[in-house]
Amino acid sequence: MKIAIILISLGILGFYLMDIFFGIGFGVQHFSNGVKDLYLSNSKDILKVSNVVTSIVVNFRGFDTLGEVTVLFLASTALGGILYKKRHHVGERSVLFPASRIVMSGAKLLFPSIVLLGAYVFIHGHLSPGGGFQGGTIIATGFLLMLLTYRNYSVSHNRLVYFESLAGILFISIGLVGYFSKGSFLENVLPVGNMNDLFSGGVIGIIYIAVGFKVAAELTGIIYTVLHEKD
Amino acid sequence: MIYVILTLVLLLLMVASAIYAIWQKDLLYAVIASGILSLFLSIVFVILQAPDVALTEAAIGVALTTIIFIIAIRNTVRYEDEHDKKKKVKTTTK
Amino acid sequence: MEKYLDILNVAIYGSAVLLMLIGLYGALTKKSLIKIVLGLSILDSGVHLLMIAIGYLKDGTAPIFSAGNEEKMSVMVDPIPQALVLTAIVIGFGVTAVAISLVIRLYRHHNTLRIDEIKKLKW
Repeated sequence: MKIAIILISLGILGFYLMDIFFGIGFGVQHFSNGVKDLYLSNSKDILKVSNVVTSIVVNFRGFDTLGEVTVLFLASTALGGILYKKRHHVGERSVLFPASRIVMSGAKLLFPSIVLLGAYVFIHGHLSPGGGFQGGTIIATGFLLMLLTYRNYSVSHNRLVYFESLAGILFISIGLVGYFSKGSFLENVLPVGNMNDLFSGGVIGIIYIAVGFKVAAELTGIIYTVLHEKD
Repeated sequence: MIYVILTLVLLLLMVASAIYAIWQKDLLYAVIASGILSLFLSIVFVILQAPDVALTEAAIGVALTTIIFIIAIRNTVRYEDEHDKKKKVKTTTK
Repeated sequence: MEKYLDILNVAIYGSAVLLMLIGLYGALTKKSLIKIVLGLSILDSGVHLLMIAIGYLKDGTAPIFSAGNEEKMSVMVDPIPQALVLTAIVIGFGVTAVAISLVIRLYRHHNTLRIDEIKKLKW
């Protein structure tokens, strides 16, 4: 009976959703005078940034990104609070299964290149696909590989807190410098340079490096906290 | 033409792995199926010309979400109705 | 080309809505807490696919002005849904992590994952 009610209501919902979305068409221009052209031309002419998604995330909607990294920070903090355990219970971490020698050597070999790839992705965020969030998560997967392979590998929590808060302070102080010199929060204060250069786009590169460090530290902290959880 | 066929196959595999993830009683298999769903979804994002989103989905959806679920399964129970069996055993021994 | 576009129209929007419905079905009917969180994450994937598909343009290119590509502004796909989905994926991971930690905590307290045995939370 419950299943029947759920199936009927899901069927009605699906019918109307499909009716709406089949009607609007796929691969056509939905708005004749959309905000898309404004963003594209502003990003090309004023900011000189190649990757438009980066310029939207960091500059045109930078306050949104500040809120997003705050949400990640809150999630990390809440996870530590929910999974709180008395200090002397934390001992040897149990891995999923003991790693063989091949996996250990391979992990040691792969770890620096994964971190290097992550750093490349967030430094070149305004030139090619990628950015702070992608680079930060790639670095976190590198740490995840080491944590899963080695039983006694540990990440210093103090150092994570240090990196995380330093990156956050850098983000907010760049925003405040823009506020006091140009009149609005996260306004561009540096010269924009040429298109497709590494030093282009003003403050976008610096902010994305800060976001990359912050996201990497937060996600590594989340994984480390959950992985230490043991019956 | 070839992209159309590739997209259709990927979409079919996505829906199939989603149905498998919900239907499967073994939670470990279900979690692996949802990771495969994220992998196909990131390829579909590349076909739909969204490389930034594809990078994010490949890093977060495939690696981090899957590993978080697997750690949770290791710390709790592996099968969906495992507790039922224990309860039945208890009631019969009483 | 038009015929293929019609097929893709039905296929992409249909599978996105289908993913959302499958996830919602799992979250509504399953008893295991981990299955419920898994269903919510599948629902997330469907919404992301839907938003990216709305921004797609026929024969479009990615919104990146690479060298020699500076004048092709009119054939670029919409960058705004991509920025929104980029945010939504990262936030979704944070939500999933917090939900999983709550599940582990509940298991530690009640020693079960079945939601109907915990406190009659399910109807």
